[in-house]
Amino acid sequence: MTVEVRIPTILRPYTGGEKLVTASGDSLQAVISDLDAHYPGIGERLLDDSGLRRFVNVYLNDEDVRFLAGLATVVADGDSITILPAVAGG
Amino acid sequence: MRFNSLLDSVGRTPLVGLPALSPSPEVRLWAKLEDHNPTGSVKDRAALAMVLAAEKDGTLQPGATLLEPTSGNTGISLAMVARQRGYRLICVMPENTSPERTQILRMWGAEIIYSPAEGGSNEAVRVAKALAAEHPEWVMLYQYGNEANTRAHYETTGPEILEDLPTITHFVAGLGTTGTLMGVGRYLREHKPDVQIIAAEPRYGELVYGLRNLDEGFIPELYDESILTTRYSVGPHDAVRRTRELLDREGIFAGISTGAILHAALGVAAKADKAGVPADIAFIVCDGGWKYLSTGAYEGTLDDAESALEGQLWA
Repeated sequence: MTVEVRIPTILRPYTGGEKLVTASGDSLQAVISDLDAHYPGIGERLLDDSGLRRFVNVYLNDEDVRFLAGLATVVADGDSITILPAVAGG
Repeated sequence: MRFNSLLDSVGRTPLVGLPALSPSPEVRLWAKLEDHNPTGSVKDRAALAMVLAAEKDGTLQPGATLLEPTSGNTGISLAMVARQRGYRLICVMPENTSPERTQILRMWGAEIIYSPAEGGSNEAVRVAKALAAEHPEWVMLYQYGNEANTRAHYETTGPEILEDLPTITHFVAGLGTTGTLMGVGRYLREHKPDVQIIAAEPRYGELVYGLRNLDEGFIPELYDESILTTRYSVGPHDAVRRTRELLDREGIFAGISTGAILHAALGVAAKADKAGVPADIAFIVCDGGWKYLSTGAYEGTLDDAESALEGQLWA
């Protein structure tokens, strides 16, 4: 499965400045491992021992993966993944 | 309806059906018109509740100075309440908000300290917390962590919606302080355990996410993930498109964050319709479109509107 991943400004030093990269895998976990294989270090910025880091939000086709299956969320060809830091509203 | 004062008239807003945008007679959308509040936004409920709670517990003494981080609407509501109750208000607001917000805040007598555009409301929170530490005599009600914010929606917005729509199946609202979703969500879950609570979160331009590192991220203290069924991120293109649809098809002139909420609500409606399941979907119209006229959201092409909102805190 190949998916598009949108990288936030703060993590672009890892992707050589690229905003949009492709990665493969059949789950979010596998996609993040694939990202880390191509852009070493990025995985550690997204994950800690308990899973997704507290201030990292990941959306699969605009839906927050924490309400899907988290890292086990299944991805399909052509899906779009967006990574964003948590920010305040109001 | 007669009230003793403007503050007594907060809440009890209309819930109106959307016959043109609802997919079928069995799957219906309902708009809770929070722009009918005194300053024209849902934030009047939280602002009034926070001030009354602080007066009651003695935190707020006559003549006190209030300090609040806000991207605008809560500040405007607090300014209105503060003026009626005799308090001075200082708002810390990101500089990338619409000029109308500044004009309206000043009109109601608030003072404004601008925080840098980069980092959005996170920066406003940081600056306000630093100022609060320097000025212990000022009172920061702090909408992101003040239980009275959630309680206002638990005690008023939630019961109003359930009373007007006992058949409700879904509730959709914006995710900012999270007060509306937490309060209404908790109330509805207690009374209708199967109700779905859906968050629509605005996705801004990159400038707003310009943190120095990921540890500077922000999650409001009020947020409780377990209240939500799911959460969608909605970008400015879809938000503006839906804001215009609401105006064209139903005659409701709403702000841009409402377009983001409607986008999520229409997604939910389409799913229910496809599955052949009846649904009554209520969503919040947070405010009217007046404060956003200068953003260009209501005229020209969608692409132009989207570019004009780049870097702006439009929700």
